[in-house]
Amino acid sequence: MTKLPRWADVVLVPLISLLLAGIISALVILAIGQSPWEALKTMVDGAVGSAYGWGYTLYYATSFIFTGLAVTVAFHASLFNIGGEGQAQLGGLGVALVCLALPWPHWTVALVAASAGAALFGAAWAAIPAYLQAKRGSHIVITTIMFNYIAAALIIYMLVSVLKPAGQMDPATARFPEGTRLPTLHEIPGLSLVFTKQVPANVTLFVALFASWLVWLILWRTRLGYEIRALGKSEPAALYAGIRPVRITMIAMLLSGALAGLMSINNVMGESGRLLQNSSEGAGFIGIAVALMGRNHPLGVFLAAILFGFLYQGGAELGLWTSIPIELRTVVQGLVILFTGALDHMVRMFLGLFFRTRKTGAA
Amino acid sequence: MDYATLLQILDSTMRLAAPLLLACLAGLYSERAGIFDIGLEGKMLMAAMCAGAVAALSGNVWIGLLAGIAGSMIFALIHGVASITFRGNQLISGVALNFVASGITVLVAQSLFRQGGRTPPLSGAERFNPIELPFAESVAKVPVVGPFYAEVLSGHGALVYVALLAVPLTWWVLYRTRFGLRLRAVGENPASVDTAGISVIRLRYTAVMITGVLCGIAGAYMATGLQAGFGKEMTAGRGYIALAALIFAKWRPWYALMSTMLFGFFQALALRPDVLKNTIGFDVPVPALDALPYILTVIALAGFVGRAIPPRAGGEPYVKER
Repeated sequence: MTKLPRWADVVLVPLISLLLAGIISALVILAIGQSPWEALKTMVDGAVGSAYGWGYTLYYATSFIFTGLAVTVAFHASLFNIGGEGQAQLGGLGVALVCLALPWPHWTVALVAASAGAALFGAAWAAIPAYLQAKRGSHIVITTIMFNYIAAALIIYMLVSVLKPAGQMDPATARFPEGTRLPTLHEIPGLSLVFTKQVPANVTLFVALFASWLVWLILWRTRLGYEIRALGKSEPAALYAGIRPVRITMIAMLLSGALAGLMSINNVMGESGRLLQNSSEGAGFIGIAVALMGRNHPLGVFLAAILFGFLYQGGAELGLWTSIPIELRTVVQGLVILFTGALDHMVRMFLGLFFRTRKTGAA
Repeated sequence: MDYATLLQILDSTMRLAAPLLLACLAGLYSERAGIFDIGLEGKMLMAAMCAGAVAALSGNVWIGLLAGIAGSMIFALIHGVASITFRGNQLISGVALNFVASGITVLVAQSLFRQGGRTPPLSGAERFNPIELPFAESVAKVPVVGPFYAEVLSGHGALVYVALLAVPLTWWVLYRTRFGLRLRAVGENPASVDTAGISVIRLRYTAVMITGVLCGIAGAYMATGLQAGFGKEMTAGRGYIALAALIFAKWRPWYALMSTMLFGFFQALALRPDVLKNTIGFDVPVPALDALPYILTVIALAGFVGRAIPPRAGGEPYVKER
């Protein structure tokens, strides 16, 4: 197989994977008797055609940045964290407990405290699978899947039996106090000129951007990041270089869990204002697609998160305005994961053929 | 808990464990051949939709079963192409196919029937109806054993018995045939199988397709036996419970029977919290029962009840020596 130039590997492989996923989705839409062109138009209009649409796209993207970063950090240590969903749900529990604990005076204080709660609970939920992987060799993929289900059961129990206020019917916590309400993009001076209507995207977006920069800094500019990446490339080599695999595995997974947990300040604190059942709505799983598509780099994750935010908001618009079910976005999500994560060798093989013929043509 | 209630719960254990057992044995073939399969869930879901839809359209449950198997096998083939031919990441491929199945089943069911992503309710010949085992009526009067035979073993749909028969069959194939020996070898050390002149690729594809067939039966049973029609996300994580049961069973067929029966029993208990409360004297939250299979699997994986060691070459794509 021809080795591809670096730019082709970074840019072309994800783009062609996306194109393939798009083509198959279009065929699916055709097969159920709808027009793919109309569908795309509805999605673009609804998701990026207005500031209001962008308000939703960016809201989803904020969550996906966090979960995408979570998967990215674990991937660099060659750990596949499928548990982002459970860690995000636990993060939501952390946010709820912090927000309900005190009558918070101002959102800035509440944001810092709730972030700590979210990160702590998310990291704690990743800690047991991490320990079992590092110490006992239990496969992290299986344990994190199991922990997703255990998290769902735990959250249902907490909401129904512990946190639900007396007299309330639906399983949810009480509303958070007014002092925890995060300003949306509509309420931020300056940005309110663009976002003239109330939108769900909120200040968490900036926390997400900061987190992206921080993850880049940790992975490529610190000793810890070097050790994580070294362990991910080769465990024997890392061991030989004096890196302790147990320690690095634990730290990478705790970081990953904390990042997944942090997404809850976006949806639980920023949007719903109380903890509901299944608060993360699959965002933990989308992190896998985002990380793969973003080539495990924070900048790529940011771009892929915007793309998936578009897909999510656009998919919701499809469900509203056309007879194409909203589940189309799950199909696209699955296809993107399939092409970027499992069939990437196939994409590379085809690209390799192209580059080889070009080279011989030039020579 | 009196004997009659116990029989009732064991009866629903059988019904609930059957799809777990089929999916668990499905995973066993694939993983024993060295191909991890997280996509059991997606294949079951796809099969459930195909079986529900075709049974409703044709009015014949057997044609529905075939359609379910076909739907599941298509997904198995994609998994095979991604993980065997293109040597992709097997875990990611499985996860991806689960998402695709979750979405596409609703899309197809909605465009066919326009009933909110469900297939129409099935009845009569469109479903697998209970089969009375011979002499159930007359044996029922024999104390203790009689009611057990008549209530628990007898009176299930055909596919429940298929699931039960699949256990000895799998054992026989795996440990008493040449194919089984090679299958186990290719999951432990593919290079040695290759050296012996046997195609690793072909063996693995065969295993993955068997997985497709068994998941197909499991999914078809969900839509045409356990329930009357396909509904969105109706497998509800059963593919993952089956995966858990497979690890709990340490990749062996008879243990798979026991672990799926155990997990089926938990599911049956979760449907009857009143019985549990009366038996042990205090209230067990239903979510705790729902989570029990997963917790047990984590404990099993941690090696506290004997080590669960997966097939050695599992998850590794085979690259022929050049």
